[in-house]
Amino acid sequence: MAHRWGMAIDLDRCTGCEACVVACHAENNIPISTPEQAATGRTTHWLRVDRYYEGDFPDVKVKYMPVLCQQCDEAPCEPVCPTYATYHNPEGLNVQVYNRCVGTFYCANNCPYTVRYFNWFDPVWPEPMQLQHNPDVAVRMAGVMEKCTFCIQRIKRGKDESAASGQELADGDIQPACVQGCPAEAMVFGDLNDPESKVSRMAESSRATRLLEELGTKPKVFYLERGR
Amino acid sequence: MPGRVKVTPPELLPYGKIREDLFRPLSGLTKKYFIAILLPLLVILFGAYAWSVQLRYGMGVTGLHRPVFWGFYIVDFVFWIGISHAGTLISAILRLTDAGWRKPITRAAEAITVFALMIGGLFPIIHLGRAWRFYWLMPYPNSRLLWPNFRSPLLWDLTAICAYVTGSVIFLYLPLIPDMAQLAEHNTPWRRKLYKALSLGWTGSDTEWHALERAMKLMAGIILAVAVSVHTIVAWDFAMAIAPMWHSTIFGPYFVVGAIFSGLAGLMIVMALIRKLMGLELYLTKHHFDNLAKLLLLMSVLWLYFTLAEHITAWYGNDPSEMVVFGARTRTRFAFLFWLMVFVNFVVPFVLLGIRKLRSITTGVIASFGILLGMFLERYIIVVPTLSNTRLPAASSMSYLPSWVEIAITCATFAGMVVLYLLFSKLFPIIAVWEFKPHVAEDEL
Repeated sequence: MAHRWGMAIDLDRCTGCEACVVACHAENNIPISTPEQAATGRTTHWLRVDRYYEGDFPDVKVKYMPVLCQQCDEAPCEPVCPTYATYHNPEGLNVQVYNRCVGTFYCANNCPYTVRYFNWFDPVWPEPMQLQHNPDVAVRMAGVMEKCTFCIQRIKRGKDESAASGQELADGDIQPACVQGCPAEAMVFGDLNDPESKVSRMAESSRATRLLEELGTKPKVFYLERGR
Repeated sequence: MPGRVKVTPPELLPYGKIREDLFRPLSGLTKKYFIAILLPLLVILFGAYAWSVQLRYGMGVTGLHRPVFWGFYIVDFVFWIGISHAGTLISAILRLTDAGWRKPITRAAEAITVFALMIGGLFPIIHLGRAWRFYWLMPYPNSRLLWPNFRSPLLWDLTAICAYVTGSVIFLYLPLIPDMAQLAEHNTPWRRKLYKALSLGWTGSDTEWHALERAMKLMAGIILAVAVSVHTIVAWDFAMAIAPMWHSTIFGPYFVVGAIFSGLAGLMIVMALIRKLMGLELYLTKHHFDNLAKLLLLMSVLWLYFTLAEHITAWYGNDPSEMVVFGARTRTRFAFLFWLMVFVNFVVPFVLLGIRKLRSITTGVIASFGILLGMFLERYIIVVPTLSNTRLPAASSMSYLPSWVEIAITCATFAGMVVLYLLFSKLFPIIAVWEFKPHVAEDEL
């Protein structure tokens, strides 16, 4: 059976340390965002940690929520792209084809999670950061949209290795950079078509919800949080 | 009563005089004309420079940012496509209903349509991240066997606008044929050649007149349907998205009404200008402006009705994500622009044009400038507040302000309209001469 990749994020475990953000930047050749970019709203983080505050100072509670592309089954970004630069691949991933993108911005406008990022200029890295580029990931040019891919290069490598060795892919063999980098083990990645996988079991949890589920986008990222 | 001025209607002037009056502006180039064309050309040149900067460095030179991915360019696009509805409404509806007073204004309106479309059609390309790849939106045979995505409203947009440009060029061209045949008779050599080629061998026989009249009636019907569909689809660029305050069923008709409204205002200004500059006081009379003012009033009421319907349903529905945008529009960040829009789109026209004593060509032009501003604001208020208030509150961001690049390109398009219109009025009579020809009696057609 085909894979159906999904993710579960346990918000009760998340400490908001942003190690996932750093890991994502390093893995996916995302330029380092500068204070100037932050001031103009032009930062790029395929995975960002949203902060929500509860209560008044000094009794403040902060809630962290790592938000990445939700890899929706009914992705609102897909039908609106005139050039098929964003489409649904057979494994349920919402794929962005950089070479096909002409930059209409429509996908980003129709994404209720605002997880699509645009290359306002050609990307630059401060010396010597350009030396640590991941050769498996394309560097995106000015004028195209980009977003979280669930580390599709790692998925591909995992499947290739399993095919070469003849061993079946086991749950947890493939890990996106953010999942691998999470010290609290709050993030879990796996195959939702495998009912025994950890992510499937977490998705079944009574604590599991999906972001803006009411829109009918059918996201494949599950957030776990205790009820109040 | 200022509404009924005692002037000879242009229809009753001797045909020889009409011919002379309307063909005269075509010949002779004055210094003033050159300056009038040169100044806007400079503005266009600067706009082209601004675009070249954007192409070279990327969309970062605009004021756009996440999550406001659409800004002035999309506003400009909707604005100009809206202006283009002037020609269609005035010309097609009045032609189909055989309203006699339309005669001196149809061509001026049809020309606006074509030029506004040419300008508006540029913006979907200008706003692209990789504008040099715009042809990927078109279905053309290619080695990769890739088709564009026909589920995307942008594809519908492209299709509709291409159809509209084609239709409106034909619609402008058809009634030009008899005039060009006349112009080909006595003229300078190159003009004779030009008009002769363009008049397609028109001789003025009965069969030709009947064929032309049939073709124009047919085109009037077609263009009307196309115009309504075009602006509906422009509205659907927004309404098909699930963004709060965009996902609205009345956006189609709301946009069509707004388009006709701004188109009429544009026509009023253009007519006042050509009347003054080309000395056409005998042809574009107070009567015409009076009728246009009444149409403007009607559209103003319709516009208010739609605006009210759009906002009151959102407010009563009290959907949290919509209320954030509603609040931004009417109460907080964009409130000044919103109420300014209501003021210039409704209050000003009603005072200046609704009170008969105040209604004149001057007040009509003032009100029209206000309406153009108001309709520009309307599009801004539709595009920006929705985008800057995201569904996930943490992703919302600072307000959007256009950069010098976006402003320069916007100004260049207005200058472009002036240049195109000036060139057109030098090459073709801005009022259809043959429509006044006595032997083409109304009952014959």
